[in-house]
Amino acid sequence: MIELDLALQRGEFSLELALQSSARALALFGPSGCGKTSTLLAIAGLLRPQRGRIAINDHVLFDSRAGVDVATARRDLGVVFQDARLFPHLTVRENLRYGMPRSAASQAYDDVVQLLQLAALLKRRPGQLSGGQIRRVAIGRALLRQPHALLLDEPLSNLHREARVEVLEHLHGLKREFALTTILVSHQPDEVIALADQVARIEDGRLVALEDVETFQASAKPPDAPHLCAAG
Amino acid sequence: MSLLTQAETVALALSFKIALVGVFCSLPVAIGCAWLLARKRFFGKPLFEGLLLLPLILPPVVTGYILLIMFGHHGAIGRWLDAAGLSIAFRWTGAALAAAVMAFPLLVVALRNAFESVDRRLENAAATLGAGAWRIFFSVTLPLSLRGLVAGLALAFARAFGEFGATITFVSSIPGQTRTLPIALYELISTPGGEGGALRLTLVAVIVALLAGLIAALMLLRGGERGAGAEA
Repeated sequence: MIELDLALQRGEFSLELALQSSARALALFGPSGCGKTSTLLAIAGLLRPQRGRIAINDHVLFDSRAGVDVATARRDLGVVFQDARLFPHLTVRENLRYGMPRSAASQAYDDVVQLLQLAALLKRRPGQLSGGQIRRVAIGRALLRQPHALLLDEPLSNLHREARVEVLEHLHGLKREFALTTILVSHQPDEVIALADQVARIEDGRLVALEDVETFQASAKPPDAPHLCAAG
Repeated sequence: MSLLTQAETVALALSFKIALVGVFCSLPVAIGCAWLLARKRFFGKPLFEGLLLLPLILPPVVTGYILLIMFGHHGAIGRWLDAAGLSIAFRWTGAALAAAVMAFPLLVVALRNAFESVDRRLENAAATLGAGAWRIFFSVTLPLSLRGLVAGLALAFARAFGEFGATITFVSSIPGQTRTLPIALYELISTPGGEGGALRLTLVAVIVALLAGLIAALMLLRGGERGAGAEA
């Protein structure tokens, strides 16, 4: 269950968003600058709303009335940033292990490496990886945090067509394997249709519709990359 | 045949010891101050910064006199140190303190620049992976600032190695204890027939400064590759 009730001011821009969703994968969809990434950062604890409440799967992360503001490090969320943000001075192996809880079984690491096909990359540094590989490592690193929910910021952006298909296939794989609550930010309809169960349309910092992906697909423009939908 | 006389060698070795001890003892404090300046906003920050830079701006003899007032045998701190058997006035440890104080601003400025050049989004990514402030600093900020740190150490070492005014004012010129290379050089210049020794020590001082400058330049050449970024 995803509960968002946010009021956030950044300069001239104001975000006022309230929604509840029981979808396994919720997409925040809208044009650039509409507030979807700010929402994601607020959920991750990297932006502090002026007021509101954020709760995911009964984990209350922020509640201004109750004075709750869980530190970013203790929100137990897996965040995959649009720019990946792999640590450039660490190898892929070290990046993957960075957020692993001490109690995590080594099998979890092996499973993620296998699922995302990272075995051949473990000794490389991020500077030696392709765009698709970087995104896969970022996804693996977030998963190995063993989060209760996954936040994906434009997971397929700035990738060429083959890399988009490659990353998308892995995202589908982990959706099946991990059954994690996922919040996805995107401005690309094909990405939303391929990954989300429910879609929150956001414009100018306001929720304009919360709809099933089928309804969204019916009203969306034809996707520019039909094969992405086919991959799901 | 040695290129330097025994007295010159003693002064050179003493300068190395004093500069190394001074710089490495001031390093933890410099790291803390530089991090505060690079990462935190607080009341009185410009004043704090000005105070840190004071040894760079004040006439060295003034700094030396202030150290004498504070750490001399009758000084507020010196009296207490004497009672504890830790007297530093007119000892090599006092010269190391003077060198540390004079080199401190260079170290802070270099480290501050290095910390500011680290992409804050990587620190945020580390926070989402469960890292607290200390872990973020030691696993992300510091390793990515390493070039700036080495450059700062090299410049601070050169500054400490060449320290004269504050040292002679605070701890005088005691052979084997506080007569460092610059002080020995000054005395050779003031002594009839000391020109040969003065030239030799000048050459040594120039070589040390050039090496330190070269190390700093090499480190800084590639240090500015990473741009600073921020979430908000």
